Amino acid sequence: MDTDLMIRVYPFFIEAAYVTVQLSVLTCLLGLACGTLGAMARLSRLAPIRWIAATYVSLFRGTPALIQIFILYFGGPQIGINLDSFAAGTIALGVNIGAYMTETIRGAIISVDRGQAEASRTLGMSRAQTMRKVILPQAARMMIRPLGVNINALIKGTALVAPISVIELTYTAQRFIGSTYKPFEMFLLAGILYMIIIYVVGQGIKWLDRRAQIV
Amino acid sequence: MGLDFTVVPEYFGILFLGMGWTIAITIGAGLLSFFGGIVFAVIALYGHWVIRLPFRLLAWLFMGTPLLLQLFLIYFGLIEVGIDLPAFIAGVIGLGLHFAVYNSELIQASILAVDKGQYEGARTLGLSRGQTLRRIVIPQAVRAVIPPMGNNMIALLKDSALVSVIGVAELTLAAQQAISRTYRPFEFYIAAAACYYVINLCLEAGLRRLERRIAASR
Repeated sequence: MDTDLMIRVYPFFIEAAYVTVQLSVLTCLLGLACGTLGAMARLSRLAPIRWIAATYVSLFRGTPALIQIFILYFGGPQIGINLDSFAAGTIALGVNIGAYMTETIRGAIISVDRGQAEASRTLGMSRAQTMRKVILPQAARMMIRPLGVNINALIKGTALVAPISVIELTYTAQRFIGSTYKPFEMFLLAGILYMIIIYVVGQGIKWLDRRAQIV
Repeated sequence: MGLDFTVVPEYFGILFLGMGWTIAITIGAGLLSFFGGIVFAVIALYGHWVIRLPFRLLAWLFMGTPLLLQLFLIYFGLIEVGIDLPAFIAGVIGLGLHFAVYNSELIQASILAVDKGQYEGARTLGLSRGQTLRRIVIPQAVRAVIPPMGNNMIALLKDSALVSVIGVAELTLAAQQAISRTYRPFEFYIAAAACYYVINLCLEAGLRRLERRIAASR
Protein backbone atom coordinates (compact mmCIF):
# COMPACT_ATOMS: atom_id res chain seq x y z
CA MET A 1 0.00 0.00 0.00
CA ASP A 2 1.30 3.42 -0.98
CA THR A 3 0.91 5.35 2.28
CA ASP A 4 3.05 8.27 1.06
CA LEU A 5 0.60 8.90 -1.74
CA MET A 6 -2.33 8.61 0.65
CA ILE A 7 -0.80 11.21 2.96
CA ARG A 8 -0.20 13.48 0.01
CA VAL A 9 -3.74 13.36 -1.37
CA TYR A 10 -5.79 13.16 1.83
CA PRO A 11 -6.35 16.94 2.10
CA PHE A 12 -8.33 16.73 -1.14
CA PHE A 13 -10.47 14.00 0.38
CA ILE A 14 -11.11 16.03 3.52
CA GLU A 15 -12.30 18.92 1.37
CA ALA A 16 -14.48 16.53 -0.63
CA ALA A 17 -15.91 15.11 2.59
CA TYR A 18 -17.17 18.61 3.47
CA VAL A 19 -19.03 18.69 0.18
CA THR A 20 -20.50 15.25 0.92
CA VAL A 21 -21.63 16.50 4.35
CA GLN A 22 -23.19 19.63 2.81
CA LEU A 23 -24.96 17.51 0.21
CA SER A 24 -26.20 15.13 2.91
CA VAL A 25 -27.55 17.89 5.16
CA LEU A 26 -29.33 19.79 2.38
CA THR A 27 -30.71 16.60 0.84
CA CYS A 28 -31.94 15.46 4.23
CA LEU A 29 -33.74 18.76 4.94
CA LEU A 30 -35.37 18.79 1.51
CA GLY A 31 -36.26 15.11 1.88
CA LEU A 32 -37.88 15.69 5.28
CA ALA A 33 -39.89 18.60 3.84
CA CYS A 34 -41.04 16.53 0.85
CA GLY A 35 -41.66 13.53 3.09
CA THR A 36 -43.80 15.47 5.56
CA LEU A 37 -45.83 17.13 2.82
CA GLY A 38 -46.11 13.82 0.99
CA ALA A 39 -47.30 11.97 4.08
CA MET A 40 -49.92 14.66 4.81
CA ALA A 41 -51.09 14.46 1.22
CA ARG A 42 -51.21 10.65 1.33
CA LEU A 43 -53.52 10.94 4.37
CA SER A 44 -55.63 13.77 2.95
CA ARG A 45 -59.42 13.60 2.84
CA LEU A 46 -59.38 14.74 -0.79
CA ALA A 47 -58.92 11.85 -3.20
CA PRO A 48 -57.07 13.81 -5.94
CA ILE A 49 -54.44 14.97 -3.44
CA ARG A 50 -54.00 11.38 -2.28
CA TRP A 51 -53.55 10.27 -5.90
CA ILE A 52 -50.96 12.93 -6.63
CA ALA A 53 -48.96 11.91 -3.57
CA ALA A 54 -49.24 8.19 -4.42
CA THR A 55 -48.04 8.91 -7.97
CA TYR A 56 -45.11 10.93 -6.62
CA VAL A 57 -44.06 8.06 -4.37
CA SER A 58 -44.51 5.43 -7.05
CA LEU A 59 -42.64 7.30 -9.79
CA PHE A 60 -39.69 8.38 -7.66
CA ARG A 61 -39.31 5.01 -5.97
CA GLY A 62 -39.88 3.12 -9.21
CA THR A 63 -37.04 4.66 -11.24
CA PRO A 64 -33.30 4.96 -10.55
CA ALA A 65 -32.18 8.05 -8.63
CA LEU A 66 -29.31 8.43 -11.11
CA ILE A 67 -31.80 8.88 -13.98
CA GLN A 68 -33.74 11.44 -11.95
CA ILE A 69 -30.53 13.41 -11.42
CA PHE A 70 -29.75 13.23 -15.15
CA ILE A 71 -33.25 14.37 -16.11
CA LEU A 72 -32.96 17.47 -13.93
CA TYR A 73 -29.34 18.32 -14.72
CA PHE A 74 -29.09 17.48 -18.42
CA GLY A 75 -32.77 17.74 -19.37
CA GLY A 76 -33.61 20.73 -17.18
CA PRO A 77 -32.22 23.38 -19.56
CA GLN A 78 -34.61 22.14 -22.28
CA ILE A 79 -37.57 23.14 -20.12
CA GLY A 80 -35.95 26.33 -18.86
CA ILE A 81 -34.43 25.01 -15.61
CA ASN A 82 -30.75 25.92 -15.51
CA LEU A 83 -29.07 24.64 -12.37
CA ASP A 84 -25.43 24.03 -11.54
CA SER A 85 -24.49 20.44 -10.78
CA PHE A 86 -24.52 20.87 -6.98
CA ALA A 87 -28.01 22.39 -6.95
CA ALA A 88 -29.40 19.90 -9.47
CA GLY A 89 -27.91 16.98 -7.54
CA THR A 90 -29.22 18.20 -4.19
CA ILE A 91 -32.73 18.87 -5.47
CA ALA A 92 -33.02 15.59 -7.37
CA LEU A 93 -31.67 13.54 -4.44
CA GLY A 94 -33.83 15.41 -1.92
CA VAL A 95 -37.04 14.89 -3.87
CA ASN A 96 -36.06 11.25 -4.41
CA ILE A 97 -35.39 10.48 -0.74
CA GLY A 98 -38.55 12.47 0.08
CA ALA A 99 -40.57 9.75 -1.65
CA TYR A 100 -39.07 7.13 0.67
CA MET A 101 -39.52 9.38 3.69
CA THR A 102 -43.17 9.94 2.72
CA GLU A 103 -43.81 6.25 3.30
CA THR A 104 -41.77 6.20 6.52
CA ILE A 105 -43.63 9.18 7.99
CA ARG A 106 -47.00 7.92 6.83
CA GLY A 107 -46.24 4.54 8.40
CA ALA A 108 -45.47 6.17 11.75
CA ILE A 109 -48.61 8.31 11.64
CA ILE A 110 -50.97 5.44 10.89
CA SER A 111 -49.34 3.32 13.58
CA VAL A 112 -50.62 5.73 16.25
CA ASP A 113 -53.63 4.15 17.91
CA ARG A 114 -56.94 5.14 16.31
CA GLY A 115 -58.48 5.81 19.70
CA GLN A 116 -56.15 8.79 20.15
CA ALA A 117 -57.64 10.59 17.15
CA GLU A 118 -61.18 9.61 18.04
CA ALA A 119 -60.79 10.82 21.62
CA SER A 120 -59.30 14.17 20.55
CA ARG A 121 -62.09 14.73 18.05
CA THR A 122 -64.68 13.87 20.71
CA LEU A 123 -63.05 16.41 23.02
CA GLY A 124 -63.80 19.05 20.38
CA MET A 125 -60.40 19.43 18.69
CA SER A 126 -60.34 20.12 14.98
CA ARG A 127 -58.73 17.67 12.55
CA ALA A 128 -55.67 19.91 12.22
CA GLN A 129 -55.37 20.36 15.98
CA THR A 130 -55.66 16.60 16.49
CA MET A 131 -52.88 16.02 13.99
CA ARG A 132 -50.62 18.72 15.39
CA LYS A 133 -51.13 18.26 19.11
CA VAL A 134 -51.94 14.58 19.53
CA ILE A 135 -50.95 12.41 16.59
CA LEU A 136 -47.70 13.99 15.35
CA PRO A 137 -45.93 14.18 18.73
CA GLN A 138 -46.55 10.46 19.21
CA ALA A 139 -45.69 9.55 15.62
CA ALA A 140 -42.49 11.63 15.71
CA ARG A 141 -41.06 9.30 18.33
CA MET A 142 -41.76 6.25 16.24
CA MET A 143 -40.32 7.62 13.02
CA ILE A 144 -36.83 8.48 14.32
CA ARG A 145 -35.37 5.02 13.82
CA PRO A 146 -36.85 4.27 10.36
CA LEU A 147 -35.94 7.80 9.21
CA GLY A 148 -32.42 6.97 10.38
CA VAL A 149 -32.41 4.12 7.86
CA ASN A 150 -33.47 6.56 5.12
CA ILE A 151 -30.77 9.02 6.16
CA ASN A 152 -28.11 6.31 6.13
CA ALA A 153 -29.16 5.45 2.56
CA LEU A 154 -29.16 9.10 1.48
CA ILE A 155 -25.62 9.70 2.73
CA LYS A 156 -24.40 6.83 0.55
CA GLY A 157 -26.73 8.06 -2.18
CA THR A 158 -24.90 11.39 -2.40
CA ALA A 159 -22.25 9.46 -4.37
CA LEU A 160 -24.70 9.53 -7.29
CA VAL A 161 -23.86 13.16 -8.03
CA ALA A 162 -20.30 12.12 -8.95
CA PRO A 163 -21.32 11.39 -12.58
CA ILE A 164 -22.49 15.01 -12.97
CA SER A 165 -19.09 16.17 -11.65
CA VAL A 166 -19.91 17.47 -8.19
CA ILE A 167 -16.54 17.33 -6.48
CA GLU A 168 -17.54 15.15 -3.53
CA LEU A 169 -15.89 12.03 -2.08
CA THR A 170 -16.69 9.50 -4.79
CA TYR A 171 -15.83 11.92 -7.60
CA THR A 172 -12.53 12.72 -5.89
CA ALA A 173 -11.73 9.02 -5.46
CA GLN A 174 -12.60 8.39 -9.10
CA ARG A 175 -10.41 11.24 -10.29
CA PHE A 176 -7.44 10.09 -8.24
CA ILE A 177 -7.88 6.48 -9.33
CA GLY A 178 -7.69 7.75 -12.89
CA SER A 179 -4.54 9.80 -12.33
CA THR A 180 -2.61 7.54 -9.91
CA TYR A 181 -3.84 4.01 -10.78
CA LYS A 182 -4.14 3.23 -7.08
CA PRO A 183 -7.77 2.10 -6.68
CA PHE A 184 -7.36 0.41 -3.28
CA GLU A 185 -5.71 3.37 -1.60
CA MET A 186 -8.28 5.83 -2.95
CA PHE A 187 -11.16 3.54 -2.03
CA LEU A 188 -9.80 3.27 1.49
CA LEU A 189 -9.48 7.05 1.92
CA ALA A 190 -12.98 7.76 0.65
CA GLY A 191 -14.44 4.71 2.40
CA ILE A 192 -13.07 5.65 5.81
CA LEU A 193 -14.48 9.18 5.49
CA TYR A 194 -17.92 7.85 4.46
CA MET A 195 -17.90 5.50 7.43
CA ILE A 196 -16.97 8.29 9.82
CA ILE A 197 -19.85 10.45 8.52
CA ILE A 198 -22.29 7.55 8.72
CA TYR A 199 -21.07 6.56 12.20
CA VAL A 200 -21.44 10.08 13.60
CA VAL A 201 -24.90 10.52 12.10
CA GLY A 202 -25.90 7.06 13.33
CA GLN A 203 -24.83 7.91 16.88
CA GLY A 204 -26.79 11.17 16.69
CA ILE A 205 -29.92 9.32 15.62
CA LYS A 206 -29.47 6.73 18.39
CA TRP A 207 -29.13 9.56 20.91
CA LEU A 208 -32.29 11.26 19.60
CA ASP A 209 -34.15 7.96 19.66
CA ARG A 210 -33.14 7.24 23.26
CA ARG A 211 -34.16 10.71 24.40
CA ALA A 212 -37.48 10.47 22.64
CA GLN A 213 -38.27 7.15 24.30
CA ILE A 214 -37.68 8.33 27.89
CA VAL A 215 -40.21 11.17 27.71
CA MET B 1 -35.15 24.16 -27.41
CA GLY B 2 -38.61 22.74 -26.88
CA LEU B 3 -39.47 19.16 -26.19
CA ASP B 4 -39.96 16.71 -29.04
CA PHE B 5 -40.69 13.14 -28.09
CA THR B 6 -41.18 12.08 -31.72
CA VAL B 7 -37.43 11.42 -32.01
CA VAL B 8 -37.63 8.70 -29.38
CA PRO B 9 -39.21 5.91 -31.50
CA GLU B 10 -36.32 6.14 -33.95
CA TYR B 11 -34.03 4.90 -31.19
CA PHE B 12 -36.27 2.16 -29.84
CA GLY B 13 -33.76 -0.42 -31.09
CA ILE B 14 -30.94 0.96 -28.95
CA LEU B 15 -33.21 1.38 -25.94
CA PHE B 16 -34.59 -2.16 -26.19
CA LEU B 17 -31.09 -3.56 -26.46
CA GLY B 18 -30.15 -1.55 -23.36
CA MET B 19 -33.24 -2.88 -21.60
CA GLY B 20 -32.11 -6.42 -22.44
CA TRP B 21 -28.73 -5.78 -20.85
CA THR B 22 -30.34 -4.20 -17.80
CA ILE B 23 -32.49 -7.30 -17.36
CA ALA B 24 -29.46 -9.57 -17.90
CA ILE B 25 -27.42 -7.68 -15.29
CA THR B 26 -30.30 -7.73 -12.83
CA ILE B 27 -30.73 -11.50 -13.25
CA GLY B 28 -26.99 -12.22 -13.09
CA ALA B 29 -26.34 -9.98 -10.11
CA GLY B 30 -29.60 -11.15 -8.50
CA LEU B 31 -28.52 -14.80 -8.66
CA LEU B 32 -25.05 -13.94 -7.36
CA SER B 33 -26.55 -11.91 -4.50
CA PHE B 34 -28.93 -14.77 -3.63
CA PHE B 35 -26.38 -17.58 -3.49
CA GLY B 36 -23.61 -15.29 -2.28
CA GLY B 37 -25.92 -14.15 0.50
CA ILE B 38 -26.45 -17.75 1.63
CA VAL B 39 -22.71 -18.51 1.54
CA PHE B 40 -21.84 -15.31 3.41
CA ALA B 41 -24.50 -16.04 6.03
CA VAL B 42 -23.18 -19.57 6.65
CA ILE B 43 -19.61 -18.29 6.90
CA ALA B 44 -20.65 -15.51 9.26
CA LEU B 45 -22.48 -17.95 11.55
CA TYR B 46 -20.48 -21.16 11.34
CA GLY B 47 -17.11 -20.26 9.80
CA HIS B 48 -13.79 -20.49 11.57
CA TRP B 49 -12.83 -17.08 12.93
CA VAL B 50 -9.87 -16.89 10.53
CA ILE B 51 -12.34 -16.67 7.62
CA ARG B 52 -15.12 -15.04 9.60
CA LEU B 53 -13.14 -11.95 10.59
CA PRO B 54 -12.16 -10.81 7.08
CA PHE B 55 -15.74 -11.44 5.95
CA ARG B 56 -17.06 -9.34 8.80
CA LEU B 57 -14.70 -6.54 7.75
CA LEU B 58 -15.74 -6.86 4.11
CA ALA B 59 -19.43 -6.79 5.01
CA TRP B 60 -18.86 -3.73 7.18
CA LEU B 61 -17.02 -1.96 4.32
CA PHE B 62 -19.71 -2.85 1.79
CA MET B 63 -22.55 -1.64 3.97
CA GLY B 64 -20.84 1.59 4.98
CA THR B 65 -19.76 2.89 1.57
CA PRO B 66 -21.64 3.86 -1.61
CA LEU B 67 -22.17 1.25 -4.31
CA LEU B 68 -20.72 3.59 -6.95
CA LEU B 69 -17.42 3.76 -5.06
CA GLN B 70 -17.37 -0.04 -4.79
CA LEU B 71 -17.94 -0.39 -8.52
CA PHE B 72 -14.93 1.84 -9.19
CA LEU B 73 -12.86 -0.25 -6.77
CA ILE B 74 -13.86 -3.56 -8.33
CA TYR B 75 -13.51 -2.42 -11.93
CA PHE B 76 -10.19 -0.58 -11.59
CA GLY B 77 -8.91 -2.78 -8.76
CA LEU B 78 -9.24 -5.94 -10.84
CA ILE B 79 -7.39 -4.28 -13.73
CA GLU B 80 -4.70 -3.20 -11.26
CA VAL B 81 -4.06 -6.78 -10.10
CA GLY B 82 -3.96 -7.93 -13.71
CA ILE B 83 -7.49 -9.29 -14.16
CA ASP B 84 -9.03 -7.47 -17.12
CA LEU B 85 -12.69 -8.44 -17.01
CA PRO B 86 -15.31 -7.11 -19.41
CA ALA B 87 -17.25 -4.24 -17.85
CA PHE B 88 -20.42 -6.36 -17.85
CA ILE B 89 -18.84 -9.07 -15.67
CA ALA B 90 -17.26 -6.50 -13.35
CA GLY B 91 -20.66 -4.82 -13.03
CA VAL B 92 -22.41 -8.11 -12.22
CA ILE B 93 -19.76 -8.97 -9.61
CA GLY B 94 -19.91 -5.51 -8.01
CA LEU B 95 -23.70 -5.33 -7.87
CA GLY B 96 -24.00 -8.99 -6.87
CA LEU B 97 -21.50 -8.79 -4.01
CA HIS B 98 -22.98 -5.53 -2.74
CA PHE B 99 -26.45 -7.03 -2.45
CA ALA B 100 -25.11 -10.41 -1.26
CA VAL B 101 -23.92 -8.61 1.87
CA TYR B 102 -27.38 -7.15 2.46
CA ASN B 103 -29.07 -10.52 1.77
CA SER B 104 -26.60 -12.22 4.10
CA GLU B 105 -27.71 -10.02 7.00
CA LEU B 106 -31.33 -11.06 6.38
CA ILE B 107 -30.49 -14.75 6.04
CA GLN B 108 -28.32 -14.79 9.17
CA ALA B 109 -31.18 -13.48 11.29
CA SER B 110 -33.51 -15.96 9.64
CA ILE B 111 -31.20 -18.96 10.21
CA LEU B 112 -31.01 -18.08 13.90
CA ALA B 113 -34.80 -17.87 14.00
CA VAL B 114 -35.31 -21.42 12.66
CA ASP B 115 -36.63 -23.56 15.50
CA LYS B 116 -33.83 -25.36 17.35
CA GLY B 117 -35.92 -28.53 17.31
CA GLN B 118 -35.52 -28.73 13.54
CA TYR B 119 -31.76 -28.89 13.93
CA GLU B 120 -31.86 -31.35 16.81
CA GLY B 121 -34.38 -33.55 15.02
CA ALA B 122 -32.27 -33.74 11.87
CA ARG B 123 -29.12 -34.53 13.84
CA THR B 124 -30.97 -37.24 15.78
CA LEU B 125 -32.07 -38.80 12.50
CA GLY B 126 -28.41 -39.21 11.59
CA LEU B 127 -27.86 -36.26 9.25
CA SER B 128 -24.43 -34.66 9.42
CA ARG B 129 -23.97 -31.00 10.38
CA GLY B 130 -23.53 -30.01 6.73
CA GLN B 131 -26.55 -32.02 5.61
CA THR B 132 -28.70 -30.53 8.36
CA LEU B 133 -27.77 -27.03 7.30
CA ARG B 134 -28.14 -27.67 3.59
CA ARG B 135 -31.35 -29.69 3.60
CA ILE B 136 -33.24 -28.61 6.71
CA VAL B 137 -32.19 -25.24 8.13
CA ILE B 138 -31.24 -23.15 5.08
CA PRO B 139 -34.32 -23.96 2.95
CA GLN B 140 -36.59 -22.88 5.79
CA ALA B 141 -34.51 -19.81 6.57
CA VAL B 142 -34.34 -18.64 2.96
CA ARG B 143 -38.05 -19.16 2.40
CA ALA B 144 -38.84 -16.89 5.34
CA VAL B 145 -36.81 -13.99 3.94
CA ILE B 146 -38.07 -14.07 0.33
CA PRO B 147 -40.20 -10.91 0.80
CA PRO B 148 -37.40 -8.68 2.15
CA MET B 149 -34.95 -10.18 -0.35
CA GLY B 150 -37.47 -9.22 -3.01
CA ASN B 151 -37.14 -5.61 -1.88
CA ASN B 152 -33.38 -5.94 -2.32
CA MET B 153 -33.96 -7.25 -5.86
CA ILE B 154 -36.01 -4.14 -6.67
CA ALA B 155 -33.24 -1.95 -5.27
CA LEU B 156 -30.74 -3.95 -7.35
CA LEU B 157 -32.70 -3.31 -10.54
CA LYS B 158 -32.62 0.44 -9.95
CA ASP B 159 -28.99 0.43 -8.88
CA SER B 160 -28.05 -1.42 -12.06
CA ALA B 161 -28.17 2.07 -13.66
CA LEU B 162 -24.88 2.75 -11.85
CA VAL B 163 -22.90 0.27 -13.94
CA SER B 164 -23.30 2.67 -16.87
CA VAL B 165 -20.45 4.70 -15.33
CA ILE B 166 -18.01 1.81 -15.79
CA GLY B 167 -19.15 1.46 -19.39
CA VAL B 168 -21.75 -1.32 -19.41
CA ALA B 169 -24.08 -0.66 -22.34
CA GLU B 170 -27.29 -1.05 -20.35
CA LEU B 171 -30.39 1.14 -20.47
CA THR B 172 -28.84 4.29 -18.98
CA LEU B 173 -25.84 4.17 -21.29
CA ALA B 174 -28.15 3.35 -24.23
CA ALA B 175 -30.09 6.52 -23.46
CA GLN B 176 -26.80 8.44 -23.33
CA GLN B 177 -25.84 7.06 -26.75
CA ALA B 178 -29.12 8.24 -28.20
CA ILE B 179 -28.61 11.63 -26.53
CA SER B 180 -25.12 12.04 -27.98
CA ARG B 181 -26.68 11.77 -31.45
CA THR B 182 -29.83 13.83 -30.91
CA TYR B 183 -28.88 16.26 -28.10
CA ARG B 184 -32.22 15.57 -26.46
CA PRO B 185 -31.41 14.49 -22.88
CA PHE B 186 -34.82 15.24 -21.41
CA GLU B 187 -36.73 13.04 -23.85
CA PHE B 188 -34.38 10.08 -23.67
CA TYR B 189 -33.86 10.06 -19.91
CA ILE B 190 -37.64 10.20 -19.49
CA ALA B 191 -37.89 7.29 -21.95
CA ALA B 192 -35.27 5.36 -19.96
CA ALA B 193 -37.10 6.14 -16.71
CA ALA B 194 -40.31 4.80 -18.26
CA CYS B 195 -38.50 1.59 -19.25
CA TYR B 196 -37.15 1.14 -15.73
CA TYR B 197 -40.60 1.78 -14.32
CA VAL B 198 -42.12 -0.92 -16.53
CA ILE B 199 -39.43 -3.49 -15.65
CA ASN B 200 -39.93 -2.57 -12.01
CA LEU B 201 -43.69 -3.15 -12.23
CA CYS B 202 -43.11 -6.58 -13.84
CA LEU B 203 -40.57 -7.51 -11.17
CA GLU B 204 -42.92 -6.42 -8.39
CA ALA B 205 -45.78 -8.45 -9.88
CA GLY B 206 -43.50 -11.49 -10.19
CA LEU B 207 -42.33 -11.17 -6.59
CA ARG B 208 -45.91 -10.86 -5.33
CA ARG B 209 -46.81 -14.10 -7.12
CA LEU B 210 -43.77 -15.82 -5.68
CA GLU B 211 -44.70 -14.67 -2.18
CA ARG B 212 -48.26 -15.92 -2.58
CA ARG B 213 -47.02 -19.32 -3.75
CA ILE B 214 -44.66 -19.60 -0.81
CA ALA B 215 -47.40 -18.57 1.60
CA ALA B 216 -49.71 -21.19 0.07
CA SER B 217 -47.14 -23.99 0.29
CA ARG B 218 -46.71 -23.50 4.03
